[in-house]
Amino acid sequence: MNKAPILALAVVSACAFATAAEARDQIRVVGSSTVYPFTTAVAEQFGKSSGGKTPVVESTGTGGGFKIFCEGVGVDKADASNASRRIKKSEFELCDKNGVKDIIELTVGFDGLTIAQSKDGPALNLTRKQVFQALAEKVPNDKGELVDNPYKNWSDIDPSLPATKIEVLGPPPTSGTRDSFHELFLEKGAEAFDSLKAMKKKDEEAKTKDFEKVWKSIRKDGAYVEAGENDNVIVQKLEGNKNAFGIFGYSFLEENADKLRGVSIEGAEPTFENISGGKYKGARPLFVYFKKAHIGVIPGLDKFIAEYTSEKALGEEGYLTEKGLVALPKEAFAKSAKAANEGVTLKADELK
Amino acid sequence: MTDITSGEFPSSIRRVEFDSAESKARLRGRYKSEARFKAYGIVALVITTSFLLALLTSIVSRGVPGFFQNYLVTEVLVDAAKIDPQGKGTPEALRAGDYSAVARAALADAIPGINERQLKKELNGLLSSGAGDDLREMVLANPSLLGQRIRTPLLLADQADIFLKETESAVRVFADTRGSATPSATTGDITILVSGNDFADDVALIKAELVNSAVALEKNIALRAGRGASAESLADLKAQAAELRQRAAGTASETLDSKTASRLVAINGGVVKVKEMTPTSVRGDVIVPLTTTAEAAPGTWQIRVYDRPEADRNMNDRAATFLEQLKSKGLIESKFNWAFFTRGDSREAELAGIQGALVGSILTLLVTIGLCLPIGVLAAIYLEEFAPKNRFTELIEININNLAAVPSIVFGLLGLAVFLNFFGLPRSAPLVGGLVLALLVLPTIIIASRAALKSVPPSIREAALGVGASHQQAVFHHVLPLAMPGIMTGTIIGMAHALGETAPLLMIGMIAFIVDVPTSLTQAATVLPVQIFLWSDLPEPAFKMKTAAAILVLLAVLFLMNGISIWLRKKFERRW
Repeated sequence: MNKAPILALAVVSACAFATAAEARDQIRVVGSSTVYPFTTAVAEQFGKSSGGKTPVVESTGTGGGFKIFCEGVGVDKADASNASRRIKKSEFELCDKNGVKDIIELTVGFDGLTIAQSKDGPALNLTRKQVFQALAEKVPNDKGELVDNPYKNWSDIDPSLPATKIEVLGPPPTSGTRDSFHELFLEKGAEAFDSLKAMKKKDEEAKTKDFEKVWKSIRKDGAYVEAGENDNVIVQKLEGNKNAFGIFGYSFLEENADKLRGVSIEGAEPTFENISGGKYKGARPLFVYFKKAHIGVIPGLDKFIAEYTSEKALGEEGYLTEKGLVALPKEAFAKSAKAANEGVTLKADELK
Repeated sequence: MTDITSGEFPSSIRRVEFDSAESKARLRGRYKSEARFKAYGIVALVITTSFLLALLTSIVSRGVPGFFQNYLVTEVLVDAAKIDPQGKGTPEALRAGDYSAVARAALADAIPGINERQLKKELNGLLSSGAGDDLREMVLANPSLLGQRIRTPLLLADQADIFLKETESAVRVFADTRGSATPSATTGDITILVSGNDFADDVALIKAELVNSAVALEKNIALRAGRGASAESLADLKAQAAELRQRAAGTASETLDSKTASRLVAINGGVVKVKEMTPTSVRGDVIVPLTTTAEAAPGTWQIRVYDRPEADRNMNDRAATFLEQLKSKGLIESKFNWAFFTRGDSREAELAGIQGALVGSILTLLVTIGLCLPIGVLAAIYLEEFAPKNRFTELIEININNLAAVPSIVFGLLGLAVFLNFFGLPRSAPLVGGLVLALLVLPTIIIASRAALKSVPPSIREAALGVGASHQQAVFHHVLPLAMPGIMTGTIIGMAHALGETAPLLMIGMIAFIVDVPTSLTQAATVLPVQIFLWSDLPEPAFKMKTAAAILVLLAVLFLMNGISIWLRKKFERRW
């Protein structure tokens, strides 16, 4: 009585092994969950306009994406990888070692990392130095010595700030957003202190990592709350607590503009214009990497790149800006699009 | 010891008096303790039930709107010039037609006279980018529709849909206007003069708001000054407060901006968005063109107020006005969203459906059950009925029990290493997902099957052996059929477990955006819980509704599976 299913399965798996090595007619993209909402929108448009199969976009995280991307060249390997940071030299070398020699880099646009609050709370204007003081585990005191973070209220940092408890909800350490937060806010904030700047200099000479330790650690006494990878959870919590702040991507702020307000950083509000123009300091570029060797082998990959770099997708009025992407300034966009379409490849010495 | 031999009660055994007050108190104490324990149980039950109810009501109340979708139901001219300009009439030409343009033209017919570019964009934004898709299918199925006028529903965009579903941005209408109103023009930037002081209350309200915010600002300044903020940092705020005071005291016209409640005037068939107002006149931009500049008698024109300021809404006044206009014409209809069950994933919330995920789940579970049931049941039969009881089989047993407790992500890593990297199976395929989930639920099924086999009384086995059946015949003809209900229950619960898993699928690439509904075991697919996870992480508010709706579908499938397992058990169960 149990023979039939076993037989069926044997046939099925035989078929699977046979088809696995055959040609593929579907583009496969892996990588960052931050770029996922944008690449999926392009994939869907591409699928609709080309009439072929819609590309499959996996959400694996930037690092995980490069791991898969760099496995090698071939029909059973991914064609492109989304990234919320530039490819690292080590990853580029891994790719190179596995035969992925020619990589096309496309800068898609910016993602503004925003600190947001409920509209019912008091409007705030912070500097990155103040953000560092509010959230770092150790901060310099008046004499420049590192002490455990003593600030309980925002007004302890600066009297002009409201006298409410410091309470910031943000992503956990596994998130790419968290990495960006450290680099864009805490590192820059730390550099605003003379004593820490001196420490950085000393580090460079002595090859130690004391300074890195300072900006890479976040306080653990409850002022910073890890709220999980899902940004919608943070949005919901902010609605309920008007004195709390949340850290997430600009697209979430834009979609929830009816409930949330972005905190100005050094006088610049997180708006489309400020991020695109470089005035807002908490922005990071987003990338998509393509394998040049797959163009012409995987049907439609060149057209997919063309769709991604088209004016109607990435332009200032494109459908990606509707999804919350901050487009590149005109010239930078034209340059990036041209390079990607012509297949200009990445060189190792451009990376760090 | 010596006490026993002495013939008396041993001193360690006390005589108990049941009538004494002490004994009664003890008895009461025991009853009380039992009552307390019962109360704890009831409290625990009430707490869990209320949590469960709260969870379910929250999901249901969020999810049910996701099953409905608002449509614009209107006359559509299936314009041959837009669909098939060359008049070829071939299916390819019909497929390539610009059906969105047809849908947009129908919308423009519903609200005529909108010519300004920005307004037109706003109006077209109400329609989904997939509004033409259903039209395309209709025309392809029936090319004779070309050139005809048909009444058909057009899909609205997610923001318009949400605006219609939410009540908090509802409009307040004042229809009992006192004076007659005279507009200066029918389009553009116009002024409306009113003979009565209809706007006096509104202006007073705005002035009061100004005073309120000035007071709040001054309090804030005082607070900050008290904490030692420098004079320069407060100068800006002070200037702001002074300006607010001045505006509140003055008699100049009041300007409305995106931070105050919006006011619109509906007059002569058109709608005007108010920019400035005095008690007897308003200035504003025309949204929907007026038919005439004639004087409107009192009561024939209206003031509409959106209490939520424009900045606090996802939909601006212009789009909201267009929607209200369509609604008042009776062109908006809410329908059950069947497309939710017949479409794959999409980045447009109104187009996103769960068919892809549902089919992916079914394909994956087919592979899982096809593997698990035979292997699991045969392993259980061997271990329970045939295997010699020695160290080796004991070791296997312990390991099976341990495997049932291994975190599911580990199976995902195993799947990645073995099925993808070693065997080279395709990523994101239901086949691989099924294999991984089979590994995950195999121990559960083996344990459940063994328990079911064990519960068959030995007398059945012995009777079969007694009349001369071989061991195998005894098991397959007599024991297994009687154990089947238990095995089925265990299998279905194992499958329900597999249906809800996401973690192991993460590793093998099933957390992915997949539009095309899979048709084979090796095509890229995703499953229901993964779809829920992916939607919950998207920024658009409309996806929250979709998430809750998908959770309801998943719950329904789980309830169904558990229901089947209970039914099977009830129907076939034998008691001895």
